[in-house]
Amino acid sequence: MLEARNITVKRGSKVLLSEASVAIVPGRLTALIGPNGAGKSTLLRVMAGEFRPTEGSVHLDGEDIRSISAARLATRRSVVAQSINLSFPFTVLEVVMLGATVPGFGVRELEAATSARQALRAVGLSSFEARTINELSGGERQRVHIARALCQLSAAPRPSSETAALLLDEPTASLDLKHQADVLAVIKEQSKNGRAVLLVIHDLNLAAAFADDIVLMADGRIVGRGMPDDVLNEDLLSHTYGCRLRIETGIDGRRLVFPSAITDRLSKGAVAE
Amino acid sequence: MTTLDAKLASAGTAVRPSRRKVFVALTFLLIASAVLSLAIGPTGISLQALPRAIAVSLGYTDDLAAARDRLVLIDLRLPRTLLAAFVGAALATSGAIMQGLFRNPLADPGLVGVSSGAALAAVATIVLGQGIGAPLIAPLGIYALPIAAFGGGLIMTLLLVSIAARQGQLAVGTLLLAGLAIGALAGAISSVIVTASDDRQLRDLTLWQMGSLSGASWQKVFAIVPFAIAIALLAPRLTRGLNGLLLGEAEAMHLGIDTERIKRIAIATTAAAVGAAVAVAGIIGFVGLVVPHIMRLISGPDHRVVLPGSAILGASLVIFADIVARMALRPAELPIGIVLALVGAPVFLHLILKRGIGGSE
Repeated sequence: MLEARNITVKRGSKVLLSEASVAIVPGRLTALIGPNGAGKSTLLRVMAGEFRPTEGSVHLDGEDIRSISAARLATRRSVVAQSINLSFPFTVLEVVMLGATVPGFGVRELEAATSARQALRAVGLSSFEARTINELSGGERQRVHIARALCQLSAAPRPSSETAALLLDEPTASLDLKHQADVLAVIKEQSKNGRAVLLVIHDLNLAAAFADDIVLMADGRIVGRGMPDDVLNEDLLSHTYGCRLRIETGIDGRRLVFPSAITDRLSKGAVAE
Repeated sequence: MTTLDAKLASAGTAVRPSRRKVFVALTFLLIASAVLSLAIGPTGISLQALPRAIAVSLGYTDDLAAARDRLVLIDLRLPRTLLAAFVGAALATSGAIMQGLFRNPLADPGLVGVSSGAALAAVATIVLGQGIGAPLIAPLGIYALPIAAFGGGLIMTLLLVSIAARQGQLAVGTLLLAGLAIGALAGAISSVIVTASDDRQLRDLTLWQMGSLSGASWQKVFAIVPFAIAIALLAPRLTRGLNGLLLGEAEAMHLGIDTERIKRIAIATTAAAVGAAVAVAGIIGFVGLVVPHIMRLISGPDHRVVLPGSAILGASLVIFADIVARMALRPAELPIGIVLALVGAPVFLHLILKRGIGGSE
């Protein structure tokens, strides 16, 4: 279990996070949602161990991550950040292998390549391994970095009792509809295989379709948490996002969220015709 | 698969030669350049004279012609070749390290002012060594210059790192312009000191401004040995860390890399390499830019190949450039920095045009 306890982050007089607590557990996919500037990415970065919160602490299987070395932490959690700008001409396979050639892992080159190829297969980029990363589209690059994070967790030497956490900051932001679904299926598969997954995502319908748990944030605070059906209710979301939202139930019983501004237009158009 | 399909499929792909092949080829190049450098010189003495020269050194003969051969081969060409190899390896390695550290393929110790800082410290040390600084500087002996230059290079590197840290990731243009500015300042102060001084060691302005190996001696070779050892021990610790840093500082940390430690080692190694190189040969630009660039074209950006490969290729390049510097206008000698600028400046221009100046990539 990766657990953020009462995290407060201040930058000068600005409060980015205020007593936020989140726990992600192996086998479940937790989606972190909320309007722009809610503090989702900041919370993810604190949980990744990227920087120390002003107050509060992060624990991995009960152990404060401040007492875990960078190399050992890397065997137990991997991160896909929002935008990664790589200006050196690595090939796709080389980038993914960076996930497995971590100094402390002691993974041999050949094993690293095997792990990397498996991860590339998982994100559907097997035929891209010799391409240079600068030649790829934004969406393809995003999938390469997801493969790198998967490769890191699969190649790392780690006792099975330890939690392996995968943290992703809007991994579907630059993807088209097909690849959004494909990538989320890969991420969902990871959680089914026992990873603890935290996913920052803007698309509420994708969150509803894939998440086991949803955490809703606004203004640096956590304002709702629970199963998708509990959190995705009209009043809570409309209040949090500051606009009227309509929630429908899809054929399979999952929630579908629409801004009323859109549904109103659609229904007006229908009337006019 | 049709030919067109095959062509499309291979577009943007990279084929990497095996590391073994790369290192065998580079080592061969280094040996060839070293042999050539020993064999060629304005005096026309060839390598056939080597056995006689060694015989003189060991005291088997005191033939006058043989003594002259010994002087040219053992006391002039050999230390000069060794210094050229060290300077090339040091500058190319520090260029590769800086490019990784700043995530910027255009960083070069000569272009961003690190060499100028080292040169200023060296020049100041020579002047102070004659005056008030003497009690402090004299005990350091032959190591005084490289140590001072190391200090100067270190201050410049730290200055650039702190500018970079304030801005997050430095845009290519910002780093080059900031480096240009502080480099020009250091260079101007050096010129004032050199021009105002009548010290014999300082009179050769070109040594500091354009780089030269004409003053090569065994004493200079011995002065840089500790630095060469330190660089050889430190640089291999950087390879994986720099690979990770290319993804970004946060990403490197996610990969389990102790980024602060890597940065400290990278800064110290760069300053040691540039400091020692400048102390014996003055400011030589473009080696740190061109050599890692060629290495990345050959083998990709993996620092496990780029760092050692740059060291060997840089050594060969500077040895070859020094042969040209000695022979092109013989008996006069070109400063080696000019020879390298003739090769390096067009490459630099090409890199800028390819990327678009000021681009953040």
